Amino acid sequence: MKPKGWKDLAPGAVVLEGGSAVNFKTGSWRAFRPVWKEENCIQCLFCWLYCPDMAIKVKDGKRAEFDYDFCKGCGICALECPGKKGKKAIEMVEEGK
Amino acid sequence: MAKVVAVTGNEACANALRQVNPDVCGIYPITPQTDMMQRFASFIADGKVDTESILVESEHSSMSACIGAAAAGGRVVTATSSQGLALMWEMLHIASGDRLPIIMPVVNRALSAPLNIHGDHSDAMGARDTGWIQIWSENAQESYDNTIQAFRIGEHMDIRLPVMVCLDGFIISHSIERMEYLEDDEVKKFVGEFKNFLPLLNLEKPISYGPLILTDLYHEYKRAQHEVMTKVKDVVLDVAKDFEKMSGRKYGLFETYRLDDADIALVILNSAAGTSKDVIDTFRDKGIKAGLLKPRLFRPFPYEEVAEALKSVKAVCVMDRADSFGGYGPLFMEITSALYHIKERPVLINKIYGLGGRDYLPSHAELVFNELNEIAKGAKVKNIKEYIGVRE
Repeated sequence: MKPKGWKDLAPGAVVLEGGSAVNFKTGSWRAFRPVWKEENCIQCLFCWLYCPDMAIKVKDGKRAEFDYDFCKGCGICALECPGKKGKKAIEMVEEGK
Repeated sequence: MAKVVAVTGNEACANALRQVNPDVCGIYPITPQTDMMQRFASFIADGKVDTESILVESEHSSMSACIGAAAAGGRVVTATSSQGLALMWEMLHIASGDRLPIIMPVVNRALSAPLNIHGDHSDAMGARDTGWIQIWSENAQESYDNTIQAFRIGEHMDIRLPVMVCLDGFIISHSIERMEYLEDDEVKKFVGEFKNFLPLLNLEKPISYGPLILTDLYHEYKRAQHEVMTKVKDVVLDVAKDFEKMSGRKYGLFETYRLDDADIALVILNSAAGTSKDVIDTFRDKGIKAGLLKPRLFRPFPYEEVAEALKSVKAVCVMDRADSFGGYGPLFMEITSALYHIKERPVLINKIYGLGGRDYLPSHAELVFNELNEIAKGAKVKNIKEYIGVRE
């Protein structure tokens, strides 16, 4: 696609469509990757509730995998995860390790 | 029928805002503007307008609230001075970058330190590069007229930019002058119904303001912003034409006074222009061809038109009521830029006057005209930039 010139831009840099954040993948910002351990998951969906983006997928009312295209690795899900018997269902692992 | 009144500049602007009846007003007090928003708040409290007032905790918040309200789709106003304008600084850029036509009278006042509440132009000159349209006013009548015209200019569909209407603190904001109010109906008809451009509250068409734009497009967006400014001059003149039809009062990009055949001239903003005109008359009586150019539209600056108006003058003094420490006065820099491109141009000098509300007296203008007269006859310029009315 040819890059836009200055005459092609929307006034005031207004984004003229809704939901366009989906076009801009932000997963590469991540330094720590959340890893889901299903065996410790009690399906409380706190992670889905607390995720500031929409990086936690839910399928048929149940916790599914992370959406790593949009997870920036903030770690809020891991912090909020109550886990099972003192064992977290989400752990943060350094990227590249 | 126009109504003749004796009012202060603040009262005149507050009444202009009442007649326009905006949707939202951000209110935060600061001398010497306080009295303008206080009067406007009374109009709100008395049900004279339908405006929603937002009482905020700072000018930064005031401009932020105005940006939100304007993006939502309202006709929005506020007013400020000095430190208040300085505190708004980052939000001023956002208002213009988002193309939101917020209208803001700025009652010009000096900047701290040292603390000073009186009239000078340092505040608005500091906002020169914020992307706002700036219109400057000599007296209460011009402040009122410019405030009304600002709505038509900023809200024009080709423009959609915020506008500052500048008037001198205390000298104009608090002095009572004779002036004429337009009828409420006339103003209402003149500014017209507010037309939305890209309102956030349109649920049918969700949009976003203020995205992240990095190296790929920021340069292009700023180029586009400059392009909008190049269209402002024509809109200002069209609006002035309509305003003249209604009021009988003529406005342009700048005002000239006895400039056509002048050998020597001042370029001077706002209230001090009035004092200078009187002095020009006395010099003309002595047979000395003195004149004046008073800029009205400062941003965007009408370089070509100003150059055309000044090109035949022999010596010009640009008077600045603001300073750029280690540089020339801000108005001087504009005038030199305007004149550089013509071959035969006047000799230019720069005087800094009236900082922090120091009186600008006819005797000051006389000294400057006498110096210009010598320069016009061939005397050498001793110092390009000097301070006048300053104690040694």
